[in-house]
Amino acid sequence: MSNYLIQRLATIVPTLFFVSILIFGLQQLLPGDPAMILAGEERDPTVVAHLREKLHLDQPLPMRYLYWAGGVLKGDLGESQRIQKPVLELILEKLPVTLELACLAILIAVAIGVTAGVVSAVFRDSVWDYAANVFALWGLSTPNFWLGIMLILLFSVTLGWLPASGYVSPFEDLKANLAAMIMPAFVLGNAIAAVLMRHTRSAMLQVLDSDYVRTARAKGLDERVVVLKHALRNALTPVITLGALEFGTLLSGAVLTEQVFTIPGFGKLIVDAVFNRDYAVVQGVVLFTATAYITLNLLADIAYFLVNPRLRD
Amino acid sequence: MATLAFDLPVYRELSPGQRMLRRLARRRGAMLGLAVVVLFVAMAIFAPWLSPYDPLQTSWSAVRKAPTAAHWFGTDEIGRDVLSRVIWGARASLLAGLVSVCISLSLGVPIGLAAGYIGRGVDALISRITDAMLACPFLILAIALAAFLGPSLTNAMIAIGISATPIFIRLTRAQVLAVKVEDYVEAARAVGNPHLRIALRHILPNVVAPLIVQATLAIAAAVIAEASLSFLGLGQQPPAPSWGSMLNTAKNYIDNAPWMAVWPGLSIFLLVLSFNLLGDGLRDALDPRQR
Repeated sequence: MSNYLIQRLATIVPTLFFVSILIFGLQQLLPGDPAMILAGEERDPTVVAHLREKLHLDQPLPMRYLYWAGGVLKGDLGESQRIQKPVLELILEKLPVTLELACLAILIAVAIGVTAGVVSAVFRDSVWDYAANVFALWGLSTPNFWLGIMLILLFSVTLGWLPASGYVSPFEDLKANLAAMIMPAFVLGNAIAAVLMRHTRSAMLQVLDSDYVRTARAKGLDERVVVLKHALRNALTPVITLGALEFGTLLSGAVLTEQVFTIPGFGKLIVDAVFNRDYAVVQGVVLFTATAYITLNLLADIAYFLVNPRLRD
Repeated sequence: MATLAFDLPVYRELSPGQRMLRRLARRRGAMLGLAVVVLFVAMAIFAPWLSPYDPLQTSWSAVRKAPTAAHWFGTDEIGRDVLSRVIWGARASLLAGLVSVCISLSLGVPIGLAAGYIGRGVDALISRITDAMLACPFLILAIALAAFLGPSLTNAMIAIGISATPIFIRLTRAQVLAVKVEDYVEAARAVGNPHLRIALRHILPNVVAPLIVQATLAIAAAVIAEASLSFLGLGQQPPAPSWGSMLNTAKNYIDNAPWMAVWPGLSIFLLVLSFNLLGDGLRDALDPRQR
C-alpha cells in the first residue's frame, strides 16, 4: 500500500512541475513587453515600473520562472490588475458558487446517467437500450450554452417558471437559490450524464455476463437484487474512477454555463479576466484547476486501490 | 450425357481498407452522419451561391423579423438574414474543426511516435508533459491560450489544436508501444532497417486506424470548442458570421427574437452529432472484435 502511494505521489511532482512551466509560459505568448500589456490600457508609468520589478523582467527567463514558482508555492498566485486583489483570494471567493453548481450537476448526471446505463444494459438491444444510446449521443453533441439558452426560452420566457439568470446565496434564500441553479445544473449535468451512461452500460454488460451474477441468479435471487445489489455495486467502481476524469468537462462546462446564466462563479471569473486582460487571474485559474484535477485523480486512484482487493495483493 | 454447369461465385480478395469501408457502409448511423457532414461541407463550399443574402448586409427596416418567405430563418438585431449567416457560419465551424485537428495530428503523432518508439527518458519526459497538458481542462486551456494569443478565428484554431494535442500524443504512444513488439517490426529491425524507416514505414501505417477514429471525434469536439470560444468572444470576430458568436448575440434577444438562437444552435448540434455518429461507426468498423 505504502509503496503504491509513494509511487503514485512521485508521478504527480513532475506533472505539477510541467503544469507550472506551461502556465508560466502562457505569459511569454504576450506580444511585446509583458509589463506594458499587463499594466492595462492606461499604461501608467508607475504601474509599469512596479510590474517590471514585481515580475523580475530584468532577470533572465529561468530566474523569472523561479521567482514566480517560489511565489506560487507560498500561495501567491499574483494580483488582479483590475480588482487589485490577490488572485487566490478571488478564486476562493468564487469557488463556493461553482462548487454548488458542480455538485448539483453531478447529482443530476449520476441520477440520469447511471439509471440510463443500468436500464440500457439490463434491457440490451431493446427499445430502452436504443433510447438510452440516443440520449447519450444527444448529450455529447449538444453545446451546453445552446441548451441553456433553449431552456431559458422554455422555462423562463415562455412558461415563466424559473428565473433566466442571477444567483441567490443558499444561506439567504434556499428556494430562490435552487430555482436559480436547477437549469444551469441540468445543462452542466447533461453532457456528463451521457458519458456516465456509456461507462455504466459497458461496465454493467461486463458484470452481468460474469460467473458470480450467474450464480446469484441460479440461487433464485430476485432479478432486482441481482442487478442492484450484486451487479451494480461492482460495476460502479470503474465508473467512479472514470467519472473523476470528467472533472475537466465539468469545469469547462461551468465556464459557459455561468456565462449564459450570469452566475458569479469560477467560470465567469476567468471569462471576465480574459476581457479585462487580467492575465494573472487567467494564469491563476488555470493553475488552480490543473492542481485540483491532479489531486482529484490521485484521490480517485487511491480510492480505487482501496476498494479493489485484487490491486492490493 | 447431360452436363451440369455451375457458376461458381468468384471471391475477390478485399484489402483491409475495403473490408473496413464495407463494414462502415452497413452502419446506418455512420452513413447518416457522413451524409450530413457532406451536406454541411457542400454548404460551406457553395455558400456564395446558396445564401440568399449577403451575410453582412444590414437592413434597418428588417430588424429582428420573424421567419417569413423572404427570410426563412428570420433576421437578426441589425436586420441581417439569419439563414445566410448560418450558411456562411458553416465555413468557420468546419474550418476550425479541420484545421485544429490537423494541428493536433501534426504535433501529436510525431511526438507520440517518438515517445513510444524511443522509450526510456524521452518517453518519460513526453509523458509527463502530456500529463501536465491533460491536467488543464480542454476548454479552460483553450480559453487561456486564446486570451494570451489574442481573439481571432486563427488563434482559436491554434488554441484548440494545441489543447487537443495531448490526446493524440497519448493515443499514438500507446499504439506504438503495442505495435513495436510485433514480429514484423523485429524482422524489419533484424534486416538492418534504420530506426526512422522502421518508425515511418512499418509502425506508423499500423497505428493509423485508431487515429482516424479519434480525429473524427476530435473534429466534433473542435467544432463545439470553436463555437464555445466564439460564444465567449474569443473566436471569429464580428461582423464575420460564426454560429457561436451568433448565439452570443442571440441570448440577449431570446425573449423577442428566439429564432436568432434556434438555427445556429441546431446547426452546431447537427454537425457535431454527425461527426460523433461517423466516429462511432468508424470505431466499430475498425474494431477487430467486431469482425
